Amino acid sequence: MGNLQFLIMLLLSPLLQGVIKKIKALSQGRVGSGVLQPYRDLTRLFKKEMVIPDSASWVFHAAPYIAFMAVIAASMMAPVLNAGAPVFRMGDIIALIYTLALGRFFLTLAGLDAGTAFGGEGSSREATVAILVEPTMGLAIFTAAIAAGSTGIAAITKSSNILQSPANVLAFAAFFVALLAETGRVPVDNPDTHLELTMIHEGMVLEYSGRYLALLEWAHYMKQMLLFTVAIDLFFPFGVSAGGSFFALLPVIPKAGILYALKLLLLAAAVAVTESSRAKLRFFQLPSLLGGAFVLALLSIITLVMLGR
Amino acid sequence: MFSAGLVMLAAGMLSFAAAPRKSLNYLYLLYAAAAAAAAFYAARALYTGAPAGAFSLVISPVLTMGFRGGPLQMFFLFALSVLSAFVSLYSVAYMRGSQTPRAHGVLYGLFIASMGAVFLSSDALSFLVSWEAMSLVSYFLVVSETESPGARKAGLTYATMTHVGTAFIIAAFMLAFSATGTLDFSGMAAGLAGKSVALKSAIFVLAFIGFGTKAGVVPLHIWLPRAHPAAPSNVSALMSGVMIKAGIYGIVLVCLGILGGNVAWWGVAVLVAGGLSSVLGVLYALMEHDLKRLLAYHSVENIGIILMGIGAAILFYSFGQTAFAGLALAAALYHTLNHAIFKSLLFLGAGSVANGAHTKNMEEMGGLMKRMPATGLFFLAGSVAICALPPFNGFVSEWLTFQALLLGSTMPLAYSKIIPLMGAAALALTGALAAACFVKAVGVSFLGLPRSRQAGAAKEAALPMTAAMGALAALCLLLGIAPGIVLALIKGIPFAGLSQMGIGNTGPVSIAGIVRGAALPFPIAGGFSSFWPAGIFMVLLAGSALMLVLTGAGGRKTCGPAWDCGIRELTPRMQYTATAFTKPLRIIFKTVYMPRKELRMSYRLKPFFVRGLAYHSDITPFFEKYIYEPFISLVGKAAMRTRNLQSGSLNLYLGYIMLTLIALLLIWA
Repeated sequence: MGNLQFLIMLLLSPLLQGVIKKIKALSQGRVGSGVLQPYRDLTRLFKKEMVIPDSASWVFHAAPYIAFMAVIAASMMAPVLNAGAPVFRMGDIIALIYTLALGRFFLTLAGLDAGTAFGGEGSSREATVAILVEPTMGLAIFTAAIAAGSTGIAAITKSSNILQSPANVLAFAAFFVALLAETGRVPVDNPDTHLELTMIHEGMVLEYSGRYLALLEWAHYMKQMLLFTVAIDLFFPFGVSAGGSFFALLPVIPKAGILYALKLLLLAAAVAVTESSRAKLRFFQLPSLLGGAFVLALLSIITLVMLGR
Repeated sequence: MFSAGLVMLAAGMLSFAAAPRKSLNYLYLLYAAAAAAAAFYAARALYTGAPAGAFSLVISPVLTMGFRGGPLQMFFLFALSVLSAFVSLYSVAYMRGSQTPRAHGVLYGLFIASMGAVFLSSDALSFLVSWEAMSLVSYFLVVSETESPGARKAGLTYATMTHVGTAFIIAAFMLAFSATGTLDFSGMAAGLAGKSVALKSAIFVLAFIGFGTKAGVVPLHIWLPRAHPAAPSNVSALMSGVMIKAGIYGIVLVCLGILGGNVAWWGVAVLVAGGLSSVLGVLYALMEHDLKRLLAYHSVENIGIILMGIGAAILFYSFGQTAFAGLALAAALYHTLNHAIFKSLLFLGAGSVANGAHTKNMEEMGGLMKRMPATGLFFLAGSVAICALPPFNGFVSEWLTFQALLLGSTMPLAYSKIIPLMGAAALALTGALAAACFVKAVGVSFLGLPRSRQAGAAKEAALPMTAAMGALAALCLLLGIAPGIVLALIKGIPFAGLSQMGIGNTGPVSIAGIVRGAALPFPIAGGFSSFWPAGIFMVLLAGSALMLVLTGAGGRKTCGPAWDCGIRELTPRMQYTATAFTKPLRIIFKTVYMPRKELRMSYRLKPFFVRGLAYHSDITPFFEKYIYEPFISLVGKAAMRTRNLQSGSLNLYLGYIMLTLIALLLIWA
């Protein structure tokens, strides 16, 4: 049962994207498109004809599938509403992060495959951002894992409630910055631009069209929702059910669902407000932002092992 | 089985000397068969836990050379023979263009034999003799296939470094011998058990420097990026896959086995050295455009990851946490085998590319995925494995290393908590850097448009080469989704008493206690968590197949020129180069790289009409420039001074003899 929770992310991640866009529009004084717009975009893209660059090899064709499936596999590891024992024993936070990295590996390769300047540029920048983010992400996650005594996500979820220690607060702050970077948000990347000098993610997928682009966009939405979910699982999982038989779960799940939706909404609002109130940083100013996040993560883990909480 | 392997190996070497020139290359199949036999022998010994045989070579009544095989030894022998089997298969086609096939064939066999002898030696004498043979033979192999002065110089660097390292190892064994009076490893371990920590620490430092030189620990790594590219690719594969692991073997043998491994600061030293090696190794790898040099720096990185596991093992063991120590050592050994497999796969791939596209410079490749599809696929598989991405084998061992390092948080003292956790952060950074590096390596060499004429005309490698690479790639996947196979091999290795070579000794804790259950899924009882790599693989595979069926059928698509924001004609020169790809990192990590650039302009009419400009950019080789060069010039100067003694005058030399005689008489009187 537990592994099927990924369906929530599969089906609702475009909605989350729509909600973020809506909040962003409202906070900027615009009306904005409806929250269902991402579904319409995906449907349109799935129907469209694809144009494949002549110069591309099979990696170009494989990358959308691998990127999409890597996010699905990673999604199967994270508890959403229920942290009970999953059927497949795939609930490890390190495995989750590295499975996501598999998708990114193929995406950055695909950026280089068409042999274009912008693709290479996007790949190079994506790889650089990943290098700056990964240690921060790692340390923030390790803080949660050490506090729980396990890198199993369900175990962390069960042992935690809501930011109950100074170390956890610091770790969450670091994780949030890492999350902005991982999901390609301002101030790291601008998801709305195709301006060649600023784009990172859009640069990599520039040559994609039609259903490949749809897959990549959908994977991107899912990755965003997954990282939100991981933040919830690690730092404020109250309300996530601890598992049990089907009938025991029935009354618990609706409450868990409502809490989950509220927490997602809060995170979405935080991201949208950050995007609206900040300017995108110059690429070479990113090390100071992400370096700051790294210091926070470092402090969190040192606080944890020194103070024990 | 083992003796059959030995006989075949010897037969191979003899027939290389004697066989007619035309059929020479097929003799590598004999080596492959010998290695396969040895691999089966070692695997069977490890699975069944049967005590391995021993024999002594009696040289004189007081001097014997002993060989014995315990579980640890069998594990390294297994890694050696599995690789040798596939690399020998590869050599059948790869060595076709060789100038000196006869000599190369004999040396190649000797190289494998000497590495096997290193792993099986049970006393210091046989160990050092085999070690020296391994070093010398590999030196000849490095310089054998080329006339270029660069390769000769690389060979010289290698020979110098390896002999300095050997000197340290000899010093370590002499110190142990003077304290215990025996050359036998078991005897040394027993004799040193009650000795002072200062003495043991001295032996540790000497041995760690000596073996670290062979393994390529920063700052002793400078020979790797020189020797590996100079050697033929089959030799680089064996050197990087197995020979540097002899350094790891030596560190495990001496630090954990002979010395007992219970001093905390040894663990800290090994862990810190490992962390530095892993981060610096991959940072330098990012700046390399020579495919084989890049791979050589990645060996430095992976040796660092292995050492982090070993360091953690020593640290935990010194605090009495034997179960955790066992997990850390299991992680290190697993990564040793993994690195042997994917690194040799990548070196073989680089060799195929060098043969097919006639260049080792990535900036002259491009588009090889279409021209060399099999090589490209297998190189990509090796890259995914070395970047520790699931579902390949690199991830399993890095995951274990993460688990081991995180267990550091349960240690009692502040430093013993913080240092392993910093190691974990370094490992996370290393992972991201390695991924960037292999995106560069694969993307620039295999994808995009051909960057040179020879890359456009590249030819796929011959069948034995692609078959060998394919088998290694399959092994990467297999050991990634079925970790039980490797854990079953490792679990018989006793943690304490490694020096007893497993005979009549079961040690207080064996890794089997920690790594319970060889079957899938993958539970680590004493560890932090569990995950199921095969599950990830199945989801990836089944999902992709499903998606292909759902979305792949009937969709419309056309092929056309790449869009690239409307550029009209795409030329290969517009692509991102390897230099451009890593430019952001060169800027961000400028304190490490100390980049230098030089722009030279020539004018027709200064400053308006530029005739041409030359741009050169590189990074400061920190260790060479600030550590080795001052030292070398110091030695050079000292040598110039002592030259004054040698005037060439006979009378002066007679005077020296006279003076020496008087001095000696004075001392004896």
